[in-house]
Amino acid sequence: MASDGVAVLPAARLRLNGAWVVPPLGILAALFFYPLALIIQQSVTTAGGLPDFGSYARVLAGPLFANALLHTLEIALLATTGCLALGFTMALVLTFVPFPGARALSRLIDTFIALPTFLIALALTFIYGSAGIANMSIMQLTGAEEPPIDFLYTVAGVVLAEVTVYTPFVMRPLLAAFSLIETAQIEVASSLGAGAWRIIRRVILPAALPALLAGGSLCLLLTVNEFGIVFFIGAKGVITLPLLVYGKAIQEDDYTAACVIAVVNIALSLSLFLLYRVMVARVDQGQRGA
Amino acid sequence: MLVWSLTGRIGAWSLLALVFGLIYVLPLAVIALASFAGQWNSMLPSQLTLDNYASVIAGESGEQLRVSLITAALASTIALLSGTWAAIALRTVAPAPRRLLDLLFFIPSAVPSVSVGLGLLVAFSQKPVLLNGTTAIVIIAHLVLISAFTYGNVAAGLSRLPPEFEQVAESLGARPFYRLLHVTLPLVTPYLIAALSLSFAMSMGELGATAMVYPPGWVTMPVGIFALTDRGEVFQGAALTMLLAVSTLAVLVGLSLVPAKAAAR
Repeated sequence: MASDGVAVLPAARLRLNGAWVVPPLGILAALFFYPLALIIQQSVTTAGGLPDFGSYARVLAGPLFANALLHTLEIALLATTGCLALGFTMALVLTFVPFPGARALSRLIDTFIALPTFLIALALTFIYGSAGIANMSIMQLTGAEEPPIDFLYTVAGVVLAEVTVYTPFVMRPLLAAFSLIETAQIEVASSLGAGAWRIIRRVILPAALPALLAGGSLCLLLTVNEFGIVFFIGAKGVITLPLLVYGKAIQEDDYTAACVIAVVNIALSLSLFLLYRVMVARVDQGQRGA
Repeated sequence: MLVWSLTGRIGAWSLLALVFGLIYVLPLAVIALASFAGQWNSMLPSQLTLDNYASVIAGESGEQLRVSLITAALASTIALLSGTWAAIALRTVAPAPRRLLDLLFFIPSAVPSVSVGLGLLVAFSQKPVLLNGTTAIVIIAHLVLISAFTYGNVAAGLSRLPPEFEQVAESLGARPFYRLLHVTLPLVTPYLIAALSLSFAMSMGELGATAMVYPPGWVTMPVGIFALTDRGEVFQGAALTMLLAVSTLAVLVGLSLVPAKAAAR
């Protein structure tokens, strides 16, 4: 494919031009956009190969779908809020109340991005699960018969795991934004008698707002798409859209239903992705203006 | 300094230590401890053992470690080649179509992994290309999922490149491909390494798409860990998780040493 694009040019001097983008674009088209198109096609086709839009009505009207959509949105919004609060607090202390090793600590938190997301879910079942350390210890101390801590198998458990996993994604842009704030600005405000809360509200928060919005929209996208954490916690009552797609395709072998739900899931993800791109563009503009 | 009083600073630091300890240190410590646990019915494991690791390495999980390493190495290398190629080729495209193409290369990162797997299953279980049940479909799934991150890292590196180096090389008469090989690529090597590291780590931990497409003969570690914990072998699951984390971090550390060597040459 590359030679096609180059053949029109003088053969003696191979030049770099836009036609060279064709090979990687071809790979992307064959392995990603073509399957994506087939998901859409299958979602509006009967098993016999006839066009049929009834599957949307059948799948989307069911209680399973509504339930999964609500859980997906609820978990994503709660986890994103948690990530923003936690990420902002940790980045704030790391940057503006520095201590020896603060840099190393922020790099350590960053390496969590390299670890699989389900690792945290698995760890939480060891700590807060029905046979986990917390419950075992409390039951031994109090003699209780039933495990007293059971939040892990609810939305709260999934949210806790996702906040842990995705907070580093918020901290990255925040630490970058904080490093651009002139410390002199804070020293002056402080020497004029402004308290810490006032400085955070008047100086730091406005400067960090674009980074917060960018990090937050990335978090929304990642938490809407998250599979491993929900899969590993395995709470029967907490089903999200990706889990429902997996269940319909692999466990029930109902590919049409899986494709219908996938189309909705992908549409939701792509709108969040566009939101994220807009937010990032704003951060870039702000930094160029500064 | 935002907080001047000593008590205020100690308060802020304690809050950070508490949060960091509770949500990052504790889970990692518990997984590590569980991987050595023979029995765990109270606050601490009642006996420590290496049995979990022994049975994991001797059993089918040893094969899963190999499968994961091969999958991640292949997928991240192909993604690096394709992503670097795309990022370099896009620099010569006019701004308007470039923005659109850039968006296209990023879109795989926005689509849920399970749906990427579903698409591959639907597309390659029918003619013209049948890949369902092969090793290749797992590697393709990983490649698609990590491609955007590889492309993004390399593109970011290229956009931060000061234009002077390439201009000087050009004015000295270096031809485009000579310039690419001897000026541009060496300058963005740190970004290439970062891209390779990130995509390798992502591939090692990938679960959603793999769960959709993997054949019985090509089981990756995350799928194996889920199978172990699902049938109650939680301590072996923890041991395999530790192997996954340690082997991933080992490769990342190894890759992080590469640029230093290249620069010293």
